Amino acid sequence: MTHPMPDALLEVTDVRKTYGEKVVLRDIALTVEPHDVVCLIGSSGSGKSTLLRCLNLLEDVDDGVIRFEGREISDPRVDRREVRSRMGMVFQSYNLFPHLTVLDNCVLAPRRVHGVPKAEAEQRARDLLTQFGLADQADKHPDRMSGGQQQRAALVRALCTQPTLLLLDEITAALDPELVGEVLTIVRDLAEQGTTMILATHEMAFARDVATTVCFLDGGRILEQGPPAEIFTNPREERTRRFLARVLG
Amino acid sequence: MSEPVETWQPSARERERQAVRRSLRRRALLVSTVATVAFFAVVWFGTVSSPGWPSVKSTFFNWDDAKAAFPSIWHAFWTYNVKLFLIGEVLILILALAVALIRQSRAPVLLPLRIVAVIYTDLFRGIPTILLVFMLAFGIPALNLQGVTNSLFFWGLVALVLSYGAYVAEVIRAGIESIHPSQISSADALGLSRFQAMRYVVVPQGVRRVIPPLLNDFISLQKDTALVGAAGLFDALFAATDYANFHFNFTSYTVVALYFIVLTIPLARFTDHLQHRAMERERQGAR
Amino acid sequence: MTDGTLTVATDSPAFEPWFKNDDPSNGKGYESAVAYAVAQELGFDPSSVTWVKEPFNNSYKPGDKNFDFDINQISITPDRAEKVTFSDGYYTASQALVTLKDSPVAKATSVDDLKQYKLGAQTGTTSLTAIRNDIQPSQQPLVFQSTNVAKQALLNGQVDAIVADLPTAFYITAVQIPQATIVGQFQQQSGTPEEFGMLFEKDNPLAECVNLALATIKSDGTLDAFEKKWLSQTVNVPVLQ
Repeated sequence: MTHPMPDALLEVTDVRKTYGEKVVLRDIALTVEPHDVVCLIGSSGSGKSTLLRCLNLLEDVDDGVIRFEGREISDPRVDRREVRSRMGMVFQSYNLFPHLTVLDNCVLAPRRVHGVPKAEAEQRARDLLTQFGLADQADKHPDRMSGGQQQRAALVRALCTQPTLLLLDEITAALDPELVGEVLTIVRDLAEQGTTMILATHEMAFARDVATTVCFLDGGRILEQGPPAEIFTNPREERTRRFLARVLG
Repeated sequence: MSEPVETWQPSARERERQAVRRSLRRRALLVSTVATVAFFAVVWFGTVSSPGWPSVKSTFFNWDDAKAAFPSIWHAFWTYNVKLFLIGEVLILILALAVALIRQSRAPVLLPLRIVAVIYTDLFRGIPTILLVFMLAFGIPALNLQGVTNSLFFWGLVALVLSYGAYVAEVIRAGIESIHPSQISSADALGLSRFQAMRYVVVPQGVRRVIPPLLNDFISLQKDTALVGAAGLFDALFAATDYANFHFNFTSYTVVALYFIVLTIPLARFTDHLQHRAMERERQGAR
Repeated sequence: MTDGTLTVATDSPAFEPWFKNDDPSNGKGYESAVAYAVAQELGFDPSSVTWVKEPFNNSYKPGDKNFDFDINQISITPDRAEKVTFSDGYYTASQALVTLKDSPVAKATSVDDLKQYKLGAQTGTTSLTAIRNDIQPSQQPLVFQSTNVAKQALLNGQVDAIVADLPTAFYITAVQIPQATIVGQFQQQSGTPEEFGMLFEKDNPLAECVNLALATIKSDGTLDAFEKKWLSQTVNVPVLQ
C-alpha cells in the first residue's frame, strides 16, 4: 500500500523498532479505517505490545511513518500529549490509579486534559459506568474490586476522554478465566457501537467473532493479515497454521 | 426464604482436643510470664547491687534535683524544641518534595537546578548536623551581609531544615521511583502532561508509600532539635546541661531524656501500626 | 594514674591568662604556675607532673577520676562541694563585662544600666550566675558552651555584652578582640566573693596536703608574685555598682 487513502484513520508504513541490538518490529504496514476492529495475534515476544506502544507514541519508532487522522504523528515536533489525548489505551494490568476512586479515575483526564467541567465529566463517567454494569463501583477504590471489574473500569476510563481510536493491550491476559467473559462482552458491545479499536489478544474465539481484520505477528513482522474468516480457516503461511494449531488445540 | 439451621455440636474427641489446647496455652502463658519477670528481676537486681549504684543513683536519679531542674527544662522544651520540630518538619517536607521532584524532572531548562539538587543532597547528608548548626549560626552572621538576620533561632532552624531536607528528599524520591512504571504509562496514555502525571498520580501514591520512613525521620528530628544547643540556644538539653554544670548533678539529663521518650513513644507506636497495616494490605494482594 | 607522678587536669583549649600557648606543661600562665608550685611543695618536681585533658562538663561526673586534681577556673560553691572536694581558694574572681567599643553598653556605669541588654556568659560559670542573680536582665541571657563561642556571638552582634571573670576579660580585650573593651567589673552582691578552687574526687585526702601547700605559697608571697606576673592588668578597672 503506497498511496494513503484520504479517509484512513490510522496509516502505518514500514515501521521498524529496535531495542539496542534486537530488532523487535520490522516492515510493519497497517491501515485502519473508522469502525475497524483490528486484532493482533501472535506468540509472546512477537511484538504486539510494542506495536501498540509505538502507535500511542509511548515509544519512538526507529524507522517508518505513522499517520493518524491525516497527519504524521511520528514527527518529533508533534505534541505527544495532544495525540495521546485523542487515543485511548488500556493495558494488561496496573491501569487504574489505586489512590483514587473509580469515578475520580475516570474524570481525571477529561477535567485536566480536556477541560471538561467537573459536573459534566462526572455525569458522563457515571453514564458509561452504568452502561457497563459498574454503577455501584463508582465510589469504590480499585483494590476493593475484582480483576474483571478493574479492567472494565479501565475501559470506561479510556472511553471517558472520547477517543477516536482505542488500543487494547491483552487486557484479559492477567484475569482469572471466569472474569474474562465480562470484559470481552464490553469490547464486543463497543465494537458493535462502531468504536475503532486495535487489540492485541490471545482470545481466538473472540477475535474470530468480532474482528474486521486479523494480523498475525511473528518475529516482529506481520506475517499474515486479512479478514478473520480467511486467517482462521485458511491461513496462507505455514507458521500461521502452526501457531493456530497450538492455540486452538 | 428460610435456611436450615445448622446444628453442630463438637464431638467428644474435639472436646478433648480443645481441653488439651487450653492447657497448652495456659502453660505457654505461665512460661512467658515467668521468663519476663525473671529477666527483668535479674536486670534490676544486677543494677542496684552493683558497687557504684548508690553514687549513680544520687547523681542521675536524685528527686530533689529533678524537681529543681524541671521548670527550666519544661520552659526551654516548649520555647525551643517544640517550635523547632513543628515549624521545621513543615519546611523540611516542602523542601524535600521540591528537591525530589527537581531530581525527577527531565525538562532541559531545569538542568542547572537538577545539578544543584544533586550537590545539595550529597553535601548536606555528608555534613554532621551539629556542625551545620554551628557553622550557620555563627558563620553567616559573621559575614555581616545586608538584611540578613543574625538570629540564632533562625539559623539553627535553617541548619536543621537543610540537613534533614536532604535525607527526606531521598526518601521521597525512593517513594516516587517505587511507583510501577505502568502507572506513568497509564497517565501518559490518558494524555496527562508530565507535571500532571506527577501531581495527580505519582506523588500522591509515592508519598503514601514512604509514610513510615518519613515518620521515622520526624521522630529523629525531634531529638536533633537538641543540637541547637551548640549555637547557644537554650533548649531543653542545654538547660539540663546548665543545671548539671552548676550543681554538679546529672539528674537533669535524666529528666530531659524522659521528656524526649514520652514525646517519641506515641509516634513510634503509631508508625509501627501504619507499617503493620501497609504490610497487611500488601499481603492480601490488593491487585 | 601512676605512682610517683602527680596527674593534673584542665580543659582544652587551655585559655590565657591561666595558661599559655594551650600548653599547661610549660609552667606559664597563672594556673599552670600555681599547679607547679603546689606540686613542688608536695615533693613533685616538674618532670613528675603529667597533664590530662578534662572537659569542664566531665570533671564532676561520678566514679573514679583519672586525675589527682583539676585546675580550671572552677568556682567553689556549697552545692558543688557536696559532690566533690575542693581545695582552698587560690584566686578570688570578680566578674567583668566585655562589649564592643562602639556599643551603647560601653557607656554603662551601674549594674542597673545593664538590665536592658542581651548578655551572655559561659555555661556553668559564676559569670552566668552573676547575670542571673545580680544583673537580672529583662531578656533571657545567652548561654555558651565555651568562651570562644561567646566571643564570636559578640562580634556577630548576636549578644550585646558578655560577662567573664576579670583576667579572662582582659585577655579577650587585649589580644583576641581588640575592638572590644571592658566596661567595668563587679563583685557578687550575695555574700562571700567567689573563689576558684582545685577539684578533687570526693574525700580525697590529697586535698589536705594541697591546702597546706597553698597556705605555704600564700604566706611566702609566691601566689602574689604569680598574680602580679600573670594577672597584673586586673587593676584600674572601673567598678559597676
